[in-house]
Amino acid sequence: MKPSAFDYVAPRTVADAVDALAAGAQVLAGGQSLLLDMHLQRAHPALVADINHVPGLDELTASDGTLTVGALVRHQTFESPGAVPGPLGDLFARAVVTIAHPPIRARGTMAGSLAWAHPASEWCALAVALDAVVELRSTRGTREIPAGEYFLGPFQTAREPDELLTAVRYPLLAPDTGVAFTEHRRTGFSFAQVAVGAALTVRDGVITEARIGLANCADRPLRAHAAERTLIGAEPSSPAFTMAGEAASTEDAAPVPEPYADVDYRRHVIAVLVARTLREAAPV
Amino acid sequence: MKITLTVNDAAYPLDVEPRRVLADALRDDCGLTGTHLGCEQGVCGACTVLVDGEAVRSCLMLAVQCDGVPIRTVEGLAGPGGEPHPLQRAFSAERGLQCGFCTPGFLMLAAGALDHDPRLGDEEVADLVRSNLCRCTGYEPIRRAITRAARDHQNGQEGRHRSV
Repeated sequence: MKPSAFDYVAPRTVADAVDALAAGAQVLAGGQSLLLDMHLQRAHPALVADINHVPGLDELTASDGTLTVGALVRHQTFESPGAVPGPLGDLFARAVVTIAHPPIRARGTMAGSLAWAHPASEWCALAVALDAVVELRSTRGTREIPAGEYFLGPFQTAREPDELLTAVRYPLLAPDTGVAFTEHRRTGFSFAQVAVGAALTVRDGVITEARIGLANCADRPLRAHAAERTLIGAEPSSPAFTMAGEAASTEDAAPVPEPYADVDYRRHVIAVLVARTLREAAPV
Repeated sequence: MKITLTVNDAAYPLDVEPRRVLADALRDDCGLTGTHLGCEQGVCGACTVLVDGEAVRSCLMLAVQCDGVPIRTVEGLAGPGGEPHPLQRAFSAERGLQCGFCTPGFLMLAAGALDHDPRLGDEEVADLVRSNLCRCTGYEPIRRAITRAARDHQNGQEGRHRSV
């Protein structure tokens, strides 16, 4: 199918962009989800605002311990571990290669993934695990929402229709943080059946901080708080990671059945994948 | 909307609806039917072209987004005398095509990757060919063809350096 007819504007400033949103526009950044939805007639906006010509939105900056990712920073930027300082850059580089394919990663944006809020999105799971903050702008002003309160369900977020997601902010990870990202999918072309990102800090032989993000383990991205609680104060060991995997699978996750993956199967995969990710993340 | 597409260094002044995707504009408005359209939802990769040097799905970009941006399609691969591009020679030599429907997409995917990094390694090529779908030969001959083109390119470069 072809997209239905719409009007097109290409604002040159954020102010013009939010004016267009106030007039009911849908945002076109990378377009890899919006145009897909328009092809499938799941979206038929009357007005599309192409923000690719707004200066500044493509900026990626790290200062004062915070990484700021502008709305136009493409997925492929993160393929280079040096693009983001420290273990956060390593974690993003491990995660990004599981997102679609190179031609999609050349166009699609991290902020766009958060705006679309697919339950299987790798970036969304990392955003909740890492305490990211989403910056939203509208003609009414600017507000910031913690990622933990931003995702409300499949393709549902706290963003109002007239708000432009201008940036995502992440606290940088301490240099001694160990990170890993693993994903299970049916074929190389499939969305993740389960994806897990983890960041672990070990001091004096015990785990002092743990962050576990789960993608496609519920109707929205999750931070595995129960699994993390089992780890704090424990020694990094295979039994501890297996126990955390069990906690993530039974207490944190609320998997929904999908073709080729019923709930029992997904709970099993979650337990295995969380333990595996933690083993890989454990600093040696 | 009035736009000018710059495809393979030729200018195509067009008047298109905003909803016209780049792939349709290339095929129906520019007459460049070498770019194929398969799924029209970004999955198959048959419509892959280079936009500003990046391999992208031309079904997931609007033509109006490409006003004044250099575009390269499979028609732009051959040399000025019509001689095949090294990638095209390698696809032929390795039997990397059968029905040929996916071939323009794979060629442009590989052309973009080789432009960025002429020293593409085996692992990177194996990753790369996962981007597009082929339903005839499978991916192994395509992988071999891209690897051969990368190797030929490097040998050619070294040959030229030696002769200088």
